[in-house]
Amino acid sequence: MTRMKTIKPLVLLCCFLINSALADEAAMLLKSSMADKNFVTLERVERDALQSFCSKPRSEEGDIETANALRESARAAVPMPTEDDFLGDWQRGEAVANNGRGLQYSDNPEQPNGGNCYACHQLDPDEVAYGTLGPSLTGYGARGQSLSMLEYTWIKLWNTHAYNVCSHMPRFGAAGILSEQQLKDVMAYLLDPRSPVNSGLSP
Amino acid sequence: MISWCAGILSSLLLLLAPLWAWAQQDGIFDEYRAMFGDDNPAVFVIDEGEELWFSKAGPNSTSLEGCDLGLGAGVVEGAYAQLPRYFADTDRVQDVESRLEHCMIELQGKTREEIHAKPYSLRGDLGTEMEALVAWLAEQSRGLAIAPGQAHPSERSSYELGEQLFYFRAGPHDFSCATCHGQSGKRIRLQSLPDLTAHEGAAEAYSSWPAYRISQGIVRTMGWRMRDCFRQQRMPELIMGSEAAVALQTYLAVNAAGATMAAPGLKR
Repeated sequence: MTRMKTIKPLVLLCCFLINSALADEAAMLLKSSMADKNFVTLERVERDALQSFCSKPRSEEGDIETANALRESARAAVPMPTEDDFLGDWQRGEAVANNGRGLQYSDNPEQPNGGNCYACHQLDPDEVAYGTLGPSLTGYGARGQSLSMLEYTWIKLWNTHAYNVCSHMPRFGAAGILSEQQLKDVMAYLLDPRSPVNSGLSP
Repeated sequence: MISWCAGILSSLLLLLAPLWAWAQQDGIFDEYRAMFGDDNPAVFVIDEGEELWFSKAGPNSTSLEGCDLGLGAGVVEGAYAQLPRYFADTDRVQDVESRLEHCMIELQGKTREEIHAKPYSLRGDLGTEMEALVAWLAEQSRGLAIAPGQAHPSERSSYELGEQLFYFRAGPHDFSCATCHGQSGKRIRLQSLPDLTAHEGAAEAYSSWPAYRISQGIVRTMGWRMRDCFRQQRMPELIMGSEAAVALQTYLAVNAAGATMAAPGLKR
């Protein structure tokens, strides 16, 4: 029985080392299998700590301490607007939500990036072309505009891993995909009562 | 002649553009596809591929008839369905494209540079030799079971690396293949996403490539699909027939093993 208890961690450690060697091999393999294209270079194959941690196949589990540390460092790095400065223009936010371009080697790097929210989320109930990878955000404004709600939404958009490590959503602020102004416009698209996202809510 | 026919057909398809918008509605695409009946414009490309296989080309003025795709020199029937597989002469696991490249170099005397100059069509092109050859070879496996090699240690390690790459998150958006293709019943905008980690989804996807893409008027290969997924993941360009391209296809083919090849298919 005691022997079993010592063996199990050893087996786990052994599996971890094999898997991490395999992951390193995969990273090298990918780099040697790709080529720079337009403004997109092989630097993008390099992963940060969060990406490495979140690249595990479903059969492998990450450890909870690392997950907590990643979550906390993500949260600590979020710059917070002042209370009256969270919400931009919902109409500009709508354009950001609809725009799926940006950062692909086929895109024009001179144009602003989109947020591509509709790829994964339902928002305006009249827009039928929405994806289902993320939850529906239709009627999001019903949650109100308390400071905690503003902060929660801002952090979620800036770096989703501050709440849910290994969420599929991009780090729109932390990764520099969207500007602070674009993020404020998306905030308004989600929370402004005049936004079509909230058209189904009674005034 | 073949390109000309394909051009006419593409123009006809453009006239169907209003139907196209309607066909975007999820589920209705099946009806739209049914309107084509058995008329997959890929037939012209398949014929072109056959012609290319038997034509003398390259500095050696040699055809590809001596090319061994895994079942012996010149055996094309069923060969596609058993790729990727390990080849002793190259000591590599190879997909159809890297194997064709090998034969074009060894038999025909072509250079790697010319083969890689433009393996896949750009929008508006009428097709490449690689696309035509792959379409014809896939046709020779239609109705046969997907059975990639997994007996050789290199084939098994290709699968394991493919799995690692499938979950590899990188780039400004932190995307991996699994971001879109790791769950069932999901869609991006209106496009349904197969779960490629499960047999059903992998089988549906793997068995239907190469395919004639109606929206692009061109036959696209599985290798192209891999490259384009990485483009959408905001990653650099995947090299045709590279180890990563092969490993990912091995992962998909093994997950799809046992299903029946139905390519070239017809896709939106």
